[in-house]
Amino acid sequence: MEGSFAVNDKQGDQPQGAHEPGRRLTPEEAKSRRSRNVAIAIGICFLIVLFYVVTIAKLGVGVVVRPGI
Amino acid sequence: MSFVTGQNDFTDQARLSLAEPRDFFALLKPRVMSLVVLTALAGMMVSPAPAHPVLAFASLLAIAVGAGASGALNMWYDADIDALMTRTKTRPVPSGRVAAGEALSFGLVLSVLSVLTLGVVSNWLAASLLAFTIFFYAVVYTMWLKRWTPQNIVIGGAAGAFPPVVGYAAVTGSVSIESLVLFAIIFIWTPPHFWALALVKSDEYARAGVPMMPNAKGERRTRIEILVYSILLAPVGVLPWAMGFASIVYGVIAMAGGAGMIWYAWRVLRDTDDASARKASMSLFGFSILYLFALFLTIVAENGPAQMLVRAFGAVFG
Repeated sequence: MEGSFAVNDKQGDQPQGAHEPGRRLTPEEAKSRRSRNVAIAIGICFLIVLFYVVTIAKLGVGVVVRPGI
Repeated sequence: MSFVTGQNDFTDQARLSLAEPRDFFALLKPRVMSLVVLTALAGMMVSPAPAHPVLAFASLLAIAVGAGASGALNMWYDADIDALMTRTKTRPVPSGRVAAGEALSFGLVLSVLSVLTLGVVSNWLAASLLAFTIFFYAVVYTMWLKRWTPQNIVIGGAAGAFPPVVGYAAVTGSVSIESLVLFAIIFIWTPPHFWALALVKSDEYARAGVPMMPNAKGERRTRIEILVYSILLAPVGVLPWAMGFASIVYGVIAMAGGAGMIWYAWRVLRDTDDASARKASMSLFGFSILYLFALFLTIVAENGPAQMLVRAFGAVFG
């Protein structure tokens, strides 16, 4: 069902190849949605790295000094 | 964004957004963001406390995103008048590439994210100042002043002037006279900068119903006020050197730049016939951008790379 967007509850009951409710995305819609998803993924990954690095920076060098080791 | 609801008939309402990431990036007003980054960085650089590079970078990023978020909120609210002006009608919302609701959500999410990030990364004074800056630009300027008074960009200019104060607060946790001087430079620079453009685009602002100074109070008064603000700006621009937190190199650049601002403003007042008036206004507009970038770039350069070189030299030969 790749490329389609909305389905109704009965979709799973229909034989493969039968008329599918909803509609297929146009190539432009699919392309722009994919590019938005990639941008969001990159943004989230960047935030994860940023908060990790900031946490380490705020902890300072003391983070590697562990008593008794 | 609209969602398909199981219907088979294709309707406009059922269309998915065709907005690309670059359209959302355009909502952030990247050129304004670059100026915000530079001025906030200058605010950080004049602080007496050394900034941790990682925390400074993260703070700067949060300030830039906060500024961008306020730009997105501005484009959401102003889509109706943006559609009427040639300079702004190709923006993502009036051109239809991004839905108004998408721009609003984007602006709100980034506003919250940037303020919280700055609070966690630096301190809550800086975060509060950033929140106030976003509020001032999106609500006080965009929703209230812009369509109400020809003093819109005079008062609203405070929003653009806050970044160095936020930057300084991010590093020190306080507000100082140095950061307020940088605030004053941008605040006084804003009217001659925007009114130079407004003189050229006066008809468009009038058509959109925005009471800019030229179409609300007349071109003559605008030209006089441009000159007055430029005369005020010249000495204020020199203050960082006079107060001792910028070098003589900065002082010379500020004096030459201030004289340039007055000269171009004088030309705007003098040249009033159509062809030369437009040229004089656009010259002032272009020079004002150069002036502000030169001042803040000099502050950044002499407090950042130059000091690092001095320290490195001292460490090797000292």
